[in-house]
Amino acid sequence: MLSRVADSLYWTSRYLERAEHTVRLVDINQGMMLDRSETSAERRWRRVLAAIGYPPNVEWNEDVYALVHKLCFDPSQLGSVTACIIAARENARQIREAITTEQWQRLNQLYHEIQRLKPSSPSETQLAEFAPTIINGAHLFQGVTDTTLSHGEGWQFLQVGRFLERASATTNLLDVYHRDVYLRTGEVLDAYEYLEWIGLLRTCTAYEAYCKVYTADLTYERILEFLLLDAEFPHSIRYSVDRMHQSLDAIQQESRGLQATELMRVAGKLKSSLAFAQVAEILAQDPAKYLRGIQEQCHCIHNLIYEVYIQYSVQTALAM
Amino acid sequence: MNTFLGNDAHAHLLPDYSLDGAFDEMFTPDGVIRPHYEALLNVLSQMPREELQRRKQSADYSFLMQGITFTVYGRQEGTERIFPYDLVPRLVTGAEWDRIERGLTQRITALNLFLHDVYHEGKILSQGVIPREIVYSCHHFRRQMRGLQVPRNVYVAVAGTDLLRMSNGEYVVLEDNLRVPSGVSYMLTNRRIMKRTLPILFRNYGVRPIEHYTQALLSTLRSIAPEGRPEPTIVLLTPGVYNSAYFEHTYLARQMGIELVEGRDLVTHDNIVYMRTTAGLKRVDVIYRRVDDDFIDPLAFRSDSILGAAGLFNAYRAGNVTLGNAFGTGVADDKALYAYVPAIIRYYLNEDPILNNVETYLMTDKSQRQHTIENLDKLVVKAVGESGGYGMLIGPQSSQADREEFRRRIEANPRNYIAQPTLDFSRSPCLLEDGSVEPRHVDLRPYILYGDKVTIVPGGLTRVALRKGSLVVNSSQGGGSKDTWVLG
Repeated sequence: MLSRVADSLYWTSRYLERAEHTVRLVDINQGMMLDRSETSAERRWRRVLAAIGYPPNVEWNEDVYALVHKLCFDPSQLGSVTACIIAARENARQIREAITTEQWQRLNQLYHEIQRLKPSSPSETQLAEFAPTIINGAHLFQGVTDTTLSHGEGWQFLQVGRFLERASATTNLLDVYHRDVYLRTGEVLDAYEYLEWIGLLRTCTAYEAYCKVYTADLTYERILEFLLLDAEFPHSIRYSVDRMHQSLDAIQQESRGLQATELMRVAGKLKSSLAFAQVAEILAQDPAKYLRGIQEQCHCIHNLIYEVYIQYSVQTALAM
Repeated sequence: MNTFLGNDAHAHLLPDYSLDGAFDEMFTPDGVIRPHYEALLNVLSQMPREELQRRKQSADYSFLMQGITFTVYGRQEGTERIFPYDLVPRLVTGAEWDRIERGLTQRITALNLFLHDVYHEGKILSQGVIPREIVYSCHHFRRQMRGLQVPRNVYVAVAGTDLLRMSNGEYVVLEDNLRVPSGVSYMLTNRRIMKRTLPILFRNYGVRPIEHYTQALLSTLRSIAPEGRPEPTIVLLTPGVYNSAYFEHTYLARQMGIELVEGRDLVTHDNIVYMRTTAGLKRVDVIYRRVDDDFIDPLAFRSDSILGAAGLFNAYRAGNVTLGNAFGTGVADDKALYAYVPAIIRYYLNEDPILNNVETYLMTDKSQRQHTIENLDKLVVKAVGESGGYGMLIGPQSSQADREEFRRRIEANPRNYIAQPTLDFSRSPCLLEDGSVEPRHVDLRPYILYGDKVTIVPGGLTRVALRKGSLVVNSSQGGGSKDTWVLG
């Protein structure tokens, strides 16, 4: 497979995953503003901004609608939901011969839908129709990807993009909650804090799944254990890393000859460290440091994928 | 003017079908239907109008759904449109086609010999058959190609020659497209949709098949691979997603099962071209390039090009990669050189041309220029390097100011212009919006493959000037296309 095609596949699914994550995060936080809370709106929205990677010194001006508009609808805002959908579609458009017609049509349709839902001004911003459209669109794309595209190298690159983005975004979210909520919480959760943790679980579509395992009894330890270390829940970090590792392994099998040793070492190490970790151990040490470690490894895996499959140096490749 | 054509059964289908000086593909000048059109006309007139329109809509929908579109330039986001399509096939008899095929084979053979000669000894120039200045002043002449040996001496591997049919029924050559001719994907998809739209008629006519085109193209490309590469890797080089023919590039790559690459996918090292794949660098042997000469290698040609691959030309010179078509083929489809093609055929093959040229006046010749300037209102003037219907003056439809402008341009740069009589080329029946049939002007572009042998799939792209009375068939200017059925 051409490196450029692999690159576009990887980013198509990464951008879609990012759009879905961002819109859910924004939508849930906007919903939480309805409840009376001790947490100020500013603090919550700063948390949202931090979770999607904005620098801590970003300006805050009280206008929530303008902010939501910027995060969801502004195509010129890097990382906004609309910008992510446009980027996913552009990537797919350039490899139309490599993806199926059904995949292209879902993405194209999603793009046209969000053009239609764009509010005429920031004050008209509302997500009631927009958020489900994005989430459904992303799910439809994943569905047709699984049922119409051969599960070969191209499909594997789509998986890598999606699960690497998910692992990285979830880690970031946990890190933000850890610093902003956990470190300021007492032994027993009161009603307000309860609300915050529900918000976190729902952002990861994990509330129902969590309750099935632990009942609605929320503790930080269990939430951390579930989102970080659960082996079966598709939005947990461990699950995402497992799937990413599996796909990287399949890609390595297919493209014999290239030196993927370092990439597989880093990915394998991350996978096993999550498989053998215990939540008590992590809490006894420094959870923030642990989460940042995962972040760094995700970043490192991204760079290694580029080094091995996409932007490898010509000299290295010729020497093999 | 004859207003009643065919018999009573056809009257409702042809309310405004009129004949004039132009050759009509369906009727003789006396209004008698040509025998090979009879079955087609009967089927069309027996079909209710609604049924015809329904089939037309279903064909249009099929084009749209498959994304068979071209990009219209001039807006910020390229607008994608369907290529307008006409449901009534153009019929060509077996005897007519056989003559066309022989004529095109003769022409492509002579033009390849000519290209080899001008880039080597230049005998045709030293013997004065063609003036040197015509060749050396051509914008598409590539000095870099001098003395370069190309596999099998194939310069033009793929050509798309535009033919017109004159009022006496004779097919003549309007232009040879020897650089990167496009449109073949429309020929192939038109046929697929036609078979679905009028299946029984298609079968009864015994139309010669064209579906082997992509396979023939692949084997032509394989036959020009560098020596010692028995299992060559062939790729299609596209300028990318913003090119108007991007659909065609993805279509052909998919049909041939070869990689569709962009310039940034290619790397040249030690005069060998590689493509970057996830499994490392893979050597490329033949490039079917759909990028113009100027843009193909920023080191050898335009340095601002980001569509090509640096070092490609040196690899080509070293014989490690073949390009179809070769660099510098544009010198043979220059509109001024065109006037000399009959002489080229006689010189290299010692035969008379089977297909004639359109009469052409060279502006570099004083008396021909004088004649042109005096008759600008009757002639068509074309810039030699332009295509797609741009940069031309159609005398009878021009204003005084247009003509004055062209007179100035011709006198300022005579080498850049040629003139031809306004051609009254043939018309073919077309289905209108309201379900009736009227004649419209058509040309024919067959696709010629030249490798270890010459392959011309029977037919080609028939382009239609859909506007009544219009003579311009280019898709950028209101043209459409229809399927071409070569019979028996």
